Amino acid sequence: MGAGHAHRLYRHGHSPVHTLPPHTKLAAVLCFVIVVVSTPREAMWAFALYAALLAAVAYAARVPAAFLLKRLLIEIPFVAFAVLMPFVAQGERVDVLGMSLSVNGLWGAWNVLAKGTLGVAASVLLASTTELRELLLGLQRLKLPPLLVQIASFMIRYGDVITDEMRRMKIARESRGFEASGVRHWGVLAKSAGALFIRSYERGERVHLAMVSRGYAGSMPVIDDVSASRAQWSYALTLPCAALVVCLLGWVL
Amino acid sequence: MHVPDGFINAPVSAAAGVVAAGAVAVSLRGARRELDERTAPLAGLVAAFIFAVQMLNFPVAAGTSGHLLGGALAAILVGPYTGVLCVSVVLLMQGVLFADGGLTALGVNITDMAITTTVVAYLVFRVLVKVLPRKRSSVTAASFVAALLSVPAAAVVFTLIYAIGGTTDVSIGKVATAMVGVHVLIGIGEAVITALTVGAVVAVRPDLVYGARGLNRPLKLRVGGELVDAAGTPAPAAVRGSQRKVWLTGLVTSLVLAGFVSFYASAHPDGLEKVAHDKGIDAKARKHASDGSPLAGYGVKDVSDARLSGGLAGVIGVGVTVVAGSGVFWVVRRRRTADTSPSQLTETV
Repeated sequence: MGAGHAHRLYRHGHSPVHTLPPHTKLAAVLCFVIVVVSTPREAMWAFALYAALLAAVAYAARVPAAFLLKRLLIEIPFVAFAVLMPFVAQGERVDVLGMSLSVNGLWGAWNVLAKGTLGVAASVLLASTTELRELLLGLQRLKLPPLLVQIASFMIRYGDVITDEMRRMKIARESRGFEASGVRHWGVLAKSAGALFIRSYERGERVHLAMVSRGYAGSMPVIDDVSASRAQWSYALTLPCAALVVCLLGWVL
Repeated sequence: MHVPDGFINAPVSAAAGVVAAGAVAVSLRGARRELDERTAPLAGLVAAFIFAVQMLNFPVAAGTSGHLLGGALAAILVGPYTGVLCVSVVLLMQGVLFADGGLTALGVNITDMAITTTVVAYLVFRVLVKVLPRKRSSVTAASFVAALLSVPAAAVVFTLIYAIGGTTDVSIGKVATAMVGVHVLIGIGEAVITALTVGAVVAVRPDLVYGARGLNRPLKLRVGGELVDAAGTPAPAAVRGSQRKVWLTGLVTSLVLAGFVSFYASAHPDGLEKVAHDKGIDAKARKHASDGSPLAGYGVKDVSDARLSGGLAGVIGVGVTVVAGSGVFWVVRRRRTADTSPSQLTETV
């Protein structure tokens, strides 16, 4: 608790993007990603424009480029996959640097890389400008079932607690001389996982009892209901609307 | 295996989203039955557990390590509906917060990793628990097989989705081989870890394991040197002779299942070879380039045919297992509607 109450994914700030209501941001990101995915892959300039749009949002949100790029690294497994694609795809082939590559595979790799990267960048921007709790409120405002939102909020709230518990068990194992180095040690690790499950489940029961004793009757009270003005909606939806124009141009040209 | 944006085309992603939303809605209702009003905190904490345990690394050999996917484990520990919910919530949060898996591909990811793994694992698990003797060790064995099959099943479903709406031009045979091959290997790890974990929980708190409900012996008190049933403990539902047919069907199903397991086991070196092939792909390309027909190896007719047939066999196998499993449970459910017991399965697939 000494390290502030915001999640490490969140980047504190007071930019216009930070102050937007969370559900408008969620809707904007979702629409943007849908538009990006439905753009024809041949319109390469369209993806450059999308990237420029996201860069503009990042600038408005004062998220530094290095921060954004570092978070994009999560995509690496799929980059590896995309790199393989020109080698294994079928169809006509071209010679690039002495290697025969499939044209379709190159397009496919480009498609996955471009759309995937834009999607990840949009999500990263969303997560770094919106607090976790706000994000959950936003999901609730977007009519996600309340029970699902509650489960998600419990997961977020106790995720760090459970992870910390796991870390403490790891320390306990290591301080007794245990070092996992191969399949032979799976038994010990699995016992830890089992113990972690029991602790999580029992903690869940305790949390429930604590809630019941404070008057919980199956639904959480909504304390701070966020609402968005028309101006805020239109501000947030500028991004997907601009993207839609680009997408339509991509289909027409 | 998190699918990013743009990998599956928009209409199929939307259709998968509808499937996922429907399944999550059904699970929300089912989870209330499994956990009543404790659903929110308990499912939330179990989701946090799944999230944490996915970060627990299991070293395989020098340098490499694997981790648990958790679908099968969740289904066995907390029940299928809660399991689907927990894994879906984990995927949702990974997509929204960590950008792990695309937002438009969320439906695909949930259908694939939350619904398929959990449902397949739970069906297989229930059939095996019914067939095997009522012992704790059979719970462990059943969870091994359930987890073993759940991962390739997810790979097969992914391949199906890819076949319908994939945006790239890689042949279905190759995708099926690569996905199923690699995921059979992953499935073995998943199976061992899941079985060990379930075994650990069953040894300490058997009452917490959803899949082991009904295995508890009734509490006996020793009164004057003689064992007497403690009052208030309901006797486990007696197995009646009329269920013999169900048992037999279950046995046949598990035999079919075992057949496919051995099939996969024998295909295991192929999977390994495939991975090695993929990893060393540029070395391979250079070697072939000297032949003047680069990557000709990929076009070898009989290999790709054998692989394709392997993939098809996998599809059919898992399909048969699921259908047979559902059939068995439908019958069990019909037979048991009269005397409802708490441990009874009310699975609607």
